[in-house]
Amino acid sequence: MPSWPALLSQAFNGLALGALLALVSSGLTIILGTLGVLNFAHGALFAVGAYAVFVILQYTQSFVLALVIGCGFMLLLGFLLERIIIRLFYNRPHEDQILVTYGVGIVLVECIRAAFGGNAQRVPTPSWGQGATQLGFLIYPTYRLQLIAIIAMLLLSLYLVLYRTSMGLVVRAGIENPGMVGILGINLRRTFLLVFAIGVVAVGLAGMLYAPVVAVTPDMGANFMAQSFVVIVLGGLGSFPGAVIGGLIAGEIISLTSAFNSSYSEVMLYALMALLLVLRPQGLFGSEGRV
Amino acid sequence: MKVVPVGRARSYLPEFAVLVTLVAAPIALPYLGFSTDLLTRVLNWGLIGLGFDILFGLTGLLSFGQAAFYGVGGFVTAYLLVSGALNSVWLALAAGTAAAGFAGLVVGWLAVRRIGIYFTMITLAFGQMAYFMENSPLSDYTGGENGIPGVPVPVLGFGEHAIRISAGLPMYTLFAVIFFAGYVLARRIVGSPVGAVLLAIKENTGRVAMLGHNVPAYKLTAFVIAALYAGLAGGLLGSFQSYMPPDAFALETSGQLVVQTIVGGAGTLVGPLVGAAVWMWLRDNLQLVPGLATLWKLVLGLAFIVLVIGLRRGICGEIAHWWSERRNYAALRAAEAATQAIEATGERIVKPSVRRARDVMLPLPSPAIGASDIALDVRALARHYGGLKAVDGVSFKVMRGSIHAVIGPNGAGKSTLFKMLLDEISPSSGDVLLFGAKVTGSGVSHAAQFGIAKSNQLNQLFPNLSVRQNLRIAALGRRRGPLRLDLLRPADSLPEVEEQVGSVLALLDLVGRADTPAHILAYGEKRRLEIGMALATSPNVLLLDEPLAGMSPAERAATCALIRDIARACTIVIVEHDLDAIFELAERITVLYEGRLLADGSPEEIRRNQRVQDAYLGGLHAHESA
Repeated sequence: MPSWPALLSQAFNGLALGALLALVSSGLTIILGTLGVLNFAHGALFAVGAYAVFVILQYTQSFVLALVIGCGFMLLLGFLLERIIIRLFYNRPHEDQILVTYGVGIVLVECIRAAFGGNAQRVPTPSWGQGATQLGFLIYPTYRLQLIAIIAMLLLSLYLVLYRTSMGLVVRAGIENPGMVGILGINLRRTFLLVFAIGVVAVGLAGMLYAPVVAVTPDMGANFMAQSFVVIVLGGLGSFPGAVIGGLIAGEIISLTSAFNSSYSEVMLYALMALLLVLRPQGLFGSEGRV
Repeated sequence: MKVVPVGRARSYLPEFAVLVTLVAAPIALPYLGFSTDLLTRVLNWGLIGLGFDILFGLTGLLSFGQAAFYGVGGFVTAYLLVSGALNSVWLALAAGTAAAGFAGLVVGWLAVRRIGIYFTMITLAFGQMAYFMENSPLSDYTGGENGIPGVPVPVLGFGEHAIRISAGLPMYTLFAVIFFAGYVLARRIVGSPVGAVLLAIKENTGRVAMLGHNVPAYKLTAFVIAALYAGLAGGLLGSFQSYMPPDAFALETSGQLVVQTIVGGAGTLVGPLVGAAVWMWLRDNLQLVPGLATLWKLVLGLAFIVLVIGLRRGICGEIAHWWSERRNYAALRAAEAATQAIEATGERIVKPSVRRARDVMLPLPSPAIGASDIALDVRALARHYGGLKAVDGVSFKVMRGSIHAVIGPNGAGKSTLFKMLLDEISPSSGDVLLFGAKVTGSGVSHAAQFGIAKSNQLNQLFPNLSVRQNLRIAALGRRRGPLRLDLLRPADSLPEVEEQVGSVLALLDLVGRADTPAHILAYGEKRRLEIGMALATSPNVLLLDEPLAGMSPAERAATCALIRDIARACTIVIVEHDLDAIFELAERITVLYEGRLLADGSPEEIRRNQRVQDAYLGGLHAHESA
């Protein structure tokens, strides 16, 4: 039995990881919910975000500026991918959509490898996030605390976009019934373009924010993608609140299990998914009809 | 029927071609940059691919978790050998393969409950789970990140005469023999009734269930077959390189298999092998080109995207498609021309004079349960969607051997009622009894096995299968039962089924079109095939959902005659908007209005019924209910 401070520290780690997974998964889930496409390039886009911040930081010294420019880059990449490739696949079987996005993922990862090599790169922690913060009986790395706060703000703004704007209304209506939205004379194609780009920016931002914490490698996104699949199965396909809460649950499961026995942390996550698929296949927030 | 022996002889051509390629490869291919070891590796990928192609190419289930079974087979084999538990490599291979098959059974049992992206995500997640299990909790057995070194090579024979199968050509020969055996077996499976059902599942899963096949069990069968092939390949890998690497379990491995299959051509069995050859060749040879060393996978990725966008059949698939187009060009064009002729002339093609009453022979025994005169007993059937009561407590009885019609204005609940009769939709309350036995609650494929078949309002055909194959899937349903694993017998070798198919073909006037793919048929022919598929299951009760919709007057007359023919062999329940046809056909009519039973009686009674007239002339007393 680990000590309470160790457990608490792991709970914080879980929160940080969970927040990150929530951001990654919400990008995945809004694309899936609206466009019906399961984006297998999501892990690669996570890595693209991390490398974007790595490159931009070499020209500007400001992490915030790097984030802003990085977002612009991800938005552009999202637009291009939707226009050139994803668009061709809306009327094709799910299997084809999975295959083509998997191919896009390979190409993105290999582009990174060709440009930067396979070795791990380091992104420095921003100056405002150095050191550790005293939290009562726990000392915790400052940047991780900031990470939680920043992602919370990002998720909140994504929530506001989805639930408080007319575009968000169209997106949510599109998740419910794309055909009807089309009949109402709303140009869903343009919304699709925007939603795909927003999803790409979300996962790119997750990669950028996480870059200072981990070793940046071309393959860094693969594991995140697999975990975010678990998250959206937990939360229910296409559900934004489900992705956020599912992300937090997944993060806590991984972190808290590793407080007891680190070798089981990932296994537990997938075991939980198996259990949920048997007991409640539509996920925590999904409705039966969408499965 | 005389054509069959010729077809059989020709059908061994692929086996022969594969055999020749396997023999010629180590002689010819080294000049193209394939070393013998590389070829052995390609064969190993090809072996997993055989199983994967049955799962993905044949059944249409895209798994991203094959690495789990590859790894299980490999590590179980390697552990048994290195730990000294088993001395014989062959026994260890068998054990590893069986272990992978068992893992496939467990994972597949969970995965086949879901379809589409859910299925893919579940397999991927279990693949990752296996990877992490290998890496830490089980690392005492698997060596974790180090894998298991020192896996021995197989030995042929005993004692002093034993031959160790060493690296190089002997190992290639072993892999080639195993691959060839695996290929022949896979071809048999594809050509078996099970293979036919699996292909039909890819074409139209819902209809396969409606015909009485246990779809989840067949999917699970394909999943386990794929796991067994993967496990065997995994076991051979350790022996081949005397080391079992942990990355056998990696997501990369599953992904590589998928890419190779697409590149080589899904649904061709040898596609994954060809794809693996392309992958391995690019990897080994582009690395030698200055400036391209790190780009080989980028090139492959781009090629993969292009293939998925434009040439979805892959290398072997395109070749096979071109070959069959060329061979069947005349037949296909003739079939298309016939379709155009029917659609252009329409009415003239069906000559009423030619149609005469026929004896409908349904050679299969009708397992009528009990001797009751009531075929279907519908008791207080209701279906509520939230507050909407689509069907609200409807009861009626269908007499054996009658034509019973269900009519009502739009939104009366006819389609919902119909779907509940064969448990396609489960009712909120009430039940349906077929000859006194309860149908409700056991699912649509059980209902079909009980003897309730339905032809749908919208055609639910297997569009890329021939008319004969469509009917065969239907006739196999009740003949073989919900699940039967006759993996080795040819699909067309059940004489009763072929006889059944032949008689339905004749009944439908589709004998000349037996080998035409269903999607080429004219509209009227497709409608007839839709009815014929329901009929080919030898139902006790046949449900016809708007069989006349969209037909020309002549086609209507012909179809009505067909329905009358069928009625002499089994009980018919029909939903139709064409009231003239209904009053002519039906012996008893049930009228629904706003989810409730409005009237039930003979056509004469219904015709005179004031409430029915009111309902059809626009609402009962300006909205009695609602």
